[in-house]
Amino acid sequence: MPNVMIRRKPDGGLLFYIAKKDQEDVISKVEVDNEEQWGGEVELTDGSRYYIDPVSPPPRFPTTLRFKRAV
Amino acid sequence: MAAISKEETEALIQEVLEVYPEKLKKDRTKHLTVNDHEVEQSKKCITSNRKSQPGVMTVRGCAYAGSKGVVWGPIKDMVHVSHGPVGCGQYSRAGRRNYYIGTTGVNTFVTMNFTSDFQEKDIVFGGDKKLDKIITEIDQLFPLSKGVTIQSECPIGLIGDDIEAVAKKKSKELDKTVVPVRCEGFRGVSQSLGHHIANDSIRDWALGARDGDDSFESTPYDVSIIGDYNIGGDAWSSRTLLEEMGLRVVSQWSGDGSLAEIELTPKVKLNLLHCYRSMNYISRHMEEKYGVPWLEYNFFGPTKIAESLRKIASHFDDKIKEGAERVIERYKGEYEAVIEKYRPRLEGKKVMLYVGGLRPRHIIGAYEDLGMEVVGTGYEFAHNDDYDRTIKEMGNATLIYDDVTGFEFEEFAKKVKPDLIGSGIKEKYIFQKMGIPFRQMHSWDYSGPYHGYDGFAIFARDMDMTLNNPCWNMLKAPWSQSSEEADAVAASA
Ligand code: SF4
Repeated sequence: MPNVMIRRKPDGGLLFYIAKKDQEDVISKVEVDNEEQWGGEVELTDGSRYYIDPVSPPPRFPTTLRFKRAV
Repeated sequence: MAAISKEETEALIQEVLEVYPEKLKKDRTKHLTVNDHEVEQSKKCITSNRKSQPGVMTVRGCAYAGSKGVVWGPIKDMVHVSHGPVGCGQYSRAGRRNYYIGTTGVNTFVTMNFTSDFQEKDIVFGGDKKLDKIITEIDQLFPLSKGVTIQSECPIGLIGDDIEAVAKKKSKELDKTVVPVRCEGFRGVSQSLGHHIANDSIRDWALGARDGDDSFESTPYDVSIIGDYNIGGDAWSSRTLLEEMGLRVVSQWSGDGSLAEIELTPKVKLNLLHCYRSMNYISRHMEEKYGVPWLEYNFFGPTKIAESLRKIASHFDDKIKEGAERVIERYKGEYEAVIEKYRPRLEGKKVMLYVGGLRPRHIIGAYEDLGMEVVGTGYEFAHNDDYDRTIKEMGNATLIYDDVTGFEFEEFAKKVKPDLIGSGIKEKYIFQKMGIPFRQMHSWDYSGPYHGYDGFAIFARDMDMTLNNPCWNMLKAPWSQSSEEADAVAASA
């Protein structure tokens, strides 16, 4: 269950930063991303996937969230 | 080495690793790679931030070095106590050349060494009482000090002293900032964790001091310089450029910086981050908590400076954008003259780098401005996010080495035959004896500044002075001399 900081890149994309591992990757896909909710399964450009129960209302980035590793 | 192919470089790595036992060889293979622009994520080709293997020479430091030496040390108006035995602080005292303005011993304390000088009895009975007394003494002897940081050395963590409790108590008693830093040397694999711990302690014990206090008059052009340690005056030659383009530099972290500047940083509009490795943590925190965005920049060499100035300006209005163009224009004549003078003397020369922090990638541009080529680079304590950023800067099929061992570095140098090596003091004399021109790139070999346009002129001069020094041809290691030469030396004695 890593703590992850999510922030916006200058080009609008989202960066997924796992503080513990100093690992920074671009998010390629978010399962739920609408007016009311944000979250679900999140896929990174390197193919790894993480899960968070959809957050409502959608968080303002940057923010720190707790993710689970998706199986 | 432009002609060398990817396969040849790979073969070179294998050849060098040949002497290792199987297990070590397997481990070290992961830390060495051939640069390939196709690879987007460095974790596919290089492993970093792992424990060094026993039996090899590494040049890494400890967490205490990362906190006391790098992040906290240069904050000039605080007293940084090396808490524990005397050696850690004494042998690293003032070695980093963090310049500052002030009267040492009166209102600034950077080059002094403060220690709690642990003895056996402190280890046996604990050192909290002693620490308490020391902080009182510091306040009496140096009333102008704005605060104290407690930089833990190894024993503190081992004997379980409660420095946080002492810090809280003394802070209340003296009405000064007292910061306990749990940067015991054994934490983590290198100084890198020390940076992180120090950043966290700034966050927890100092940064929020002026939250909710709006008495500071801010302007829309407030920025801060983060991760510039003012080595040989680096931050000053950066600051002038920013000010000239119309920005107001509110704080410098941490070279020539002060506690007040730290406390004001959350109020700026943009954090300018030079050394990503050592201060990205606090920048991320400020972005999350205070909404201050951060931006990485690079002030080595005119190409990168112009690029960075424009990038910084793009976050502000037209006035600043024009300011950036004006600054670039103003220094154009100066840096073109530098390039015109030195480029012919340095053109085509090959450089190998092995440093820490930001330099293995940031300086590449400055060498390229002089027509030189960086054929190998590596970090002592980088993480993969650093290598992600390095891949783009380096040429294809060049060497990248992580936490390179003394043996590997020497072998690479013998095979790649660089014209210049830039690394630290521990490597300096080996390579000089091998007859390879060498610059100590941690503290600029007692020179500097190297940042900014003014710094570039000094950088170019230094590289020329080293590379084209006639002494290198006269140096031959005693063991590689033929017996006649040795006899001749003996006869002349
Ligand atoms: S490893 Fe421990 S004893 Fe050695 S310098 Fe670092 S803090 Fe001091």
